[in-house]
Amino acid sequence: MKIKAVASKIGPVVIVVAAIVALWYVGAVIMNTPWQKDMYQRAKVEWTTSQLIRDTLAQKRPVLPAPHQVLEEIYKTTVLKKITSKRSLIYHAWVTLSSTMLGFIIGTILGIVLAIGIVHNRALDKSLMPWVVSSQTIPILAIAPMIIVVLNAVGIQGLLPKAFISTYLSFFPVTVGMVKGLRSPELSHLDLMRTYSASQWQVLWKLRWPSSVPYLFTSMKIAIAAALVGAIVGELPTGAVEGLGARLLAGSYYGQTIQIWSALFMAAFMAGSLVALVGFANTYVLKRMGMAT
Amino acid sequence: MSKFQKILSNLGLAGVFLAILFPGNDMFLQRGSVDWMVLVSGVILMMVGFAIVKSPAGKFLTLWLPGIVSFYAVTIILAELDKSTDFRSGFWLLLLGAWLLGWLFVERLSAIADTPDIVSLVRNIAIPVIFGLWLLLGWEVVVRGFDVPQVLLPPPSMIAARFAASTSILWADFKQTFLQAVLIGYFLGCGSGFLIAIVIDRSPFLRRGLLPIGNLVSALPIIGVAPIMVMWFGFDWQSKAAVVVVMTFFPMLVNTLAGLSAASNMQLDLMKTYGANYRQTLFKLRLPEALPFIFNALKINSTLALIGAIVAEFFGTPIVGMGFRISTEVGRMNVDMVWAEIAVAAVAGSAFYGVIALIERRLTFWHPSLRA
Amino acid sequence: MDDTSVIDINDLSLTFKTGDGDVHALSNIDLDVKPGEFVSLIGPSGCGKTTLLRTIADLEQPTAGDISVNGMSPHAARMSRAYGYVFQAAALYPWRTIARNVSLPLEIMGLDAATRQKRVAENLQLVNLEGFEKKFPWQLSGGMQQRASIARALAVEPDLLLMDEPFGALDEIVRDHLNEQLLKLWAKTNKTIIFVTHSIPEAVYLSSKIVVMSPRPGRIHEIIDSSLPRDRTLDIRETTEFHEIAHRVREGLRQGHSYED
Repeated sequence: MKIKAVASKIGPVVIVVAAIVALWYVGAVIMNTPWQKDMYQRAKVEWTTSQLIRDTLAQKRPVLPAPHQVLEEIYKTTVLKKITSKRSLIYHAWVTLSSTMLGFIIGTILGIVLAIGIVHNRALDKSLMPWVVSSQTIPILAIAPMIIVVLNAVGIQGLLPKAFISTYLSFFPVTVGMVKGLRSPELSHLDLMRTYSASQWQVLWKLRWPSSVPYLFTSMKIAIAAALVGAIVGELPTGAVEGLGARLLAGSYYGQTIQIWSALFMAAFMAGSLVALVGFANTYVLKRMGMAT
Repeated sequence: MSKFQKILSNLGLAGVFLAILFPGNDMFLQRGSVDWMVLVSGVILMMVGFAIVKSPAGKFLTLWLPGIVSFYAVTIILAELDKSTDFRSGFWLLLLGAWLLGWLFVERLSAIADTPDIVSLVRNIAIPVIFGLWLLLGWEVVVRGFDVPQVLLPPPSMIAARFAASTSILWADFKQTFLQAVLIGYFLGCGSGFLIAIVIDRSPFLRRGLLPIGNLVSALPIIGVAPIMVMWFGFDWQSKAAVVVVMTFFPMLVNTLAGLSAASNMQLDLMKTYGANYRQTLFKLRLPEALPFIFNALKINSTLALIGAIVAEFFGTPIVGMGFRISTEVGRMNVDMVWAEIAVAAVAGSAFYGVIALIERRLTFWHPSLRA
Repeated sequence: MDDTSVIDINDLSLTFKTGDGDVHALSNIDLDVKPGEFVSLIGPSGCGKTTLLRTIADLEQPTAGDISVNGMSPHAARMSRAYGYVFQAAALYPWRTIARNVSLPLEIMGLDAATRQKRVAENLQLVNLEGFEKKFPWQLSGGMQQRASIARALAVEPDLLLMDEPFGALDEIVRDHLNEQLLKLWAKTNKTIIFVTHSIPEAVYLSSKIVVMSPRPGRIHEIIDSSLPRDRTLDIRETTEFHEIAHRVREGLRQGHSYED
């Protein structure tokens, strides 16, 4: 019964993924054909369809690289390269990951602190909350290059400026989620605390905080994905040489499409794992708190 | 009055009364430090102030006095800013006092209970506006008072001046990035996400296969496809619109699918007892039920679209566009121009979001979160 | 088959297949309902009373046996809008006004605007909701919402009304009031009503026929014909006759249900 249930869940996903990969190959052949035909004409080579397909999937700078080319590149730059090497994808991923994590942690703490302030102070709620919300309608990533350059100009370099952008992007979901979470206890539970004449801090620790934990994890999932975007965009300006964002930029300068796609895959893999990690922590913590089965 | 508020008002009144007592006094505001005469008279005035506050007329005064005094202090501060470049302790004391009183004013305004009338609405708009103005003032004064290098952070007045001087460039950038890349990409991305969700929804197999993938993709740094789109669609706005399409597609797909399954079994059974067909159930029940989800995606996407278009321009543009302007002016260290561009982006982003939120309010007025 | 029956059920069974094995929701049900009857289905939770009602409404498919509604299959009856169904909750659409909620089934049937308007007005009057046409459901009390949902079921003008614990979520005072109104409505319109409840007084007060059901497997334990007159007021609940019938229902429930589980 259980195996059947799992199969019915995974089955459609596997088939859809297979369909996407198949479409990708078709797309790769179609999009790479014009250039290949051009090559044949210049070299005055007679060609067959099967040869055309084989060649379109093996170009050096294809318009759309085939999935196996991307995987091959990833294998070459992760397993076959030393981790300390500048050409190792793992090295670049690590650079991005460390600023993502730093920004995420600071952003989460900042978000929690702001939320606690907003929940406990009516004036903060009314004056600050509208700005917190509207701060996100501002395309803050636009400031990213300036923050990097300006902080560079005053001598702050490396991890911190990037982490700063990640912080900005990740504090918002946490603030909004935690304000909701800290306000989630029912009125009767709050009244119960009042009958004990509990102090504000006691209410916070014994009631508000525990009830906000599910909200915290939900918003942390969004925050960590946003932090990664922030770190990658933070690597774009000023010709940064390290990190997945830098790989994207370098790839686009030199037309190295396979390199772009492999960096993209790596970023996607990282985002997926980070979100999954928060998800696991979520189930574990909620189980220990007896809030999930 | 809470202890916190008492301390605020004490400090604030002290600082401001000192300044009012010696308006334009060079001794106090610029050269030298506070002398004992100033201190004593300040303390006396503070006591007088408290006597007023405690008096029967105090109810009106406790609310408005901090606001009025603080506003007066601000005018002195701004006047001083233009007159001098060398600021002393008295000046900072005045600023601190004005700031504290402003905060006290906001505190007291917020403490008034909400009522469902226009006064309350105006108050709830005024509070964040006052707070925002105070932040701007603090920014202006701190940057000019402490002589912060303009490269690091230009004062708001300088940004405003730059804004006014380069409206034609800003408009051209806005047209290129917002009116073309963002809007076209947004409509294509949201529209296709919505339509495909409706198609997928008819097949349980596709829904089960695509929903997990859609959820995963929504969490990915899709913005990374920007260099690829620039290669495929060229330097002009089409490639930016393509990035926006890809970025906005998945949130719309996932949210619409979730919304389409939001109708309860009971409501679906109800439609069944009427012998309603697929289209009738879709239009009369499931789409209205999905509206809050769809608007959620529209709001998320309004921000994503602007970010996508601007960041995509970092990978190559013709010589116009908000992202292009930001990256080149940063290179030339023209930080005020960058900030002006960011101000345009902020206003455009907020307005875009605001318009969608307004439409949402009109169409989903019945939703528990929006009921009056 | 008896031509004069509104509902004719012969040896009907329904088995749900679940992960924990088969659940016999309904087993060997026989039931015959004549026009104008008020039939209550009563029993403890899990006895299949709601499932039986849903089977009549073609919302569940029987696994064995015959069932006919108005001489048709339940599916044909559903497609010809032969019945009105009232759920436990009002299930009004929050984005439609009360009037537009009542007009919803009529829009689906494709009736023209004038007819719709006429029927909405008639039926809102029938449940005493005139003047609330322009209100939204969430601006009304729970009892008023349920009345609106009854008006919506009546708007289809069915001869048969299927009601699934319609007043279960309301407080007793409101419930008494609505019960009284429902009886008046029944007398006025002479519709056939099938009413699911787990309240003995409610069943006895309303019904001309009480079907006592028991669980595991869901089956009919006893059918009690009420000797109370059709014309009743709330005071009838103080009479010995009422108490006798209530006693019989209670006994039936007790016999059909072991309280060990």
